[in-house]
Amino acid sequence: MTTVRALHRAVSGGAALVWTAIVVVPIYWVVVTSLRERAEFVTSSPLALPGDPTLANYQTVLSGGFAGYLLNSVIVTAATVAVTIVVSLMAAFVIVRHGSRWSRLYFRLFLLGLAIPLQAVIIPVYLLIIRMSLYDSLLAIILPSAAFAVPVTVMILVSFLRDVPRSLFEAMVVDGATEWRLLLDLAAPLARPALITVAVYDGLQVWNGFLFPLILTQSDERAVLPLALTLYRGQFGIDVPATMAAVVLSTLPMLAVFVLARRHLVAGLTAGFSK
Amino acid sequence: MSPSTADGRRRMTGAVMAAPALVLFVLFGVVPLAGVLVLSLADWDGLGPLGWAGLVNWRDVLADGATWDALWLTVKVMALSWLIQTPIALALGLFQAPRGRGRAFFAVLWVLPLLLSAVAIGLTWQALLDPSFGIGSAPGLGRLARPLLGSPELALYVVIFVIAWQFVPFHALLYQAGIRQIPATLYEAAALDGAGRKDRFLRITLPQLRYTIVTSSTLMLVGSLTYFDLIFVLSGGTGGPGTATRVLPLAMYITGFQSHDMGAASVIATVLVVTGLVLSLITTRLSGFTRMDSRQEGL
Repeated sequence: MTTVRALHRAVSGGAALVWTAIVVVPIYWVVVTSLRERAEFVTSSPLALPGDPTLANYQTVLSGGFAGYLLNSVIVTAATVAVTIVVSLMAAFVIVRHGSRWSRLYFRLFLLGLAIPLQAVIIPVYLLIIRMSLYDSLLAIILPSAAFAVPVTVMILVSFLRDVPRSLFEAMVVDGATEWRLLLDLAAPLARPALITVAVYDGLQVWNGFLFPLILTQSDERAVLPLALTLYRGQFGIDVPATMAAVVLSTLPMLAVFVLARRHLVAGLTAGFSK
Repeated sequence: MSPSTADGRRRMTGAVMAAPALVLFVLFGVVPLAGVLVLSLADWDGLGPLGWAGLVNWRDVLADGATWDALWLTVKVMALSWLIQTPIALALGLFQAPRGRGRAFFAVLWVLPLLLSAVAIGLTWQALLDPSFGIGSAPGLGRLARPLLGSPELALYVVIFVIAWQFVPFHALLYQAGIRQIPATLYEAAALDGAGRKDRFLRITLPQLRYTIVTSSTLMLVGSLTYFDLIFVLSGGTGGPGTATRVLPLAMYITGFQSHDMGAASVIATVLVVTGLVLSLITTRLSGFTRMDSRQEGL
């Protein structure tokens, strides 16, 4: 019995190590490559530590307009998350508070929305954005991104607010509170953990989003980071160390969020799906 | 104030609160959904005026063997992704679920791919698998020193592997969360009955995870209709080599935005929409997402 158990342990531990290598080796390679001189990259063994670590590649990226791309990404992400959270919280509140046929239909519409692949509607969205004269602006990314974040955000907030006891709402109603008071003073504070969770989830999606920026913007001045990565790739060509430095720099903000709020990130990624 | 006016006012406020999300979603979600169908009947190059084409686009696209190839590739990616990712994610979830420092350390490392954008992942693997300067020149890994992404036979499998690299951590987290919600009393009772490890897994863990399996599978299946960014970057925007990785979303993009035939691209998009809706209608039904009551009650 004990030998079977020990064998079991060894197998599962071994498998865990193999997967860890598959995950970690590429990431390690990106980091060491970004610290290599170009000449060394061509000659050295790929997994060896850099003989003479250099930050020159990072300088190349930073002097290649990185700050502008970063700012675009920050603006797009912050605005999208703010819009999504505000409209979705109100929507979720209405769905939970009103048991009417309309509110159920309303909820069903968003559930259906979960199934609309972004890719599939990109052509009409493109036409719409052109007609609204928003093409090649940051708003052209923000509005559709928010719209497509709404269904999952509503779903997560609804599944959270559903568990708030009805008696809490009723007690405030008896005290004469309006629906707005209920939303601001009861639902919003109670939903705080869920709000942080969805903010992190939506933020990660928008930060890493590629299709909307690719289709709906054009000029380098409007490029967000994922798009900028492809620009760098085209510009640096075979200068792989510089491209890898750009990859690292574009990921640093999310890494910072991860370090600061790992629990929320992990909760955010599985929220609503695992309940 | 009479109850009826209070009720009326409540309903008014509700409508006001419900409106912004509705407007946003209808404008950029529902209208484009209908728009795809309309544009599939249109003649439009993406820049000039819109014309009417009738069913010409449909006839052309459906008669084109490339469309069926793209559909077949999409189905292949969907099926293989599910077959590869599900067991790995379940195994990792089982490993991560018990709390403990050592396991938490692994969990932190495993979650890292989720932080990277698909573009960053694509650029990384493209460079990493470069036959001359990639990982193939590391000692012991010489078998990787060949044009994997450049090979029409292998490119699709490389793509499926990189997709798994990107998404397995997410599904492992789903399974971890699902496993942690299984009441410990079930295992205690089984232990009293002398159930072995295999019995416990097959008779408790798997049946208890049925919602998680449904959810994870839905997200994988519907998600595989949307693999665009990664394949776009890995294939340099071509879905190549040749058409070896040109799944439906790439075929749509290339038809619409590179060949400037938005009508034909919208036909492909319609196929995507219908497939996505059917897949998720089936699964929302299975998983019971629309239930309004709290699932914590009665537990």
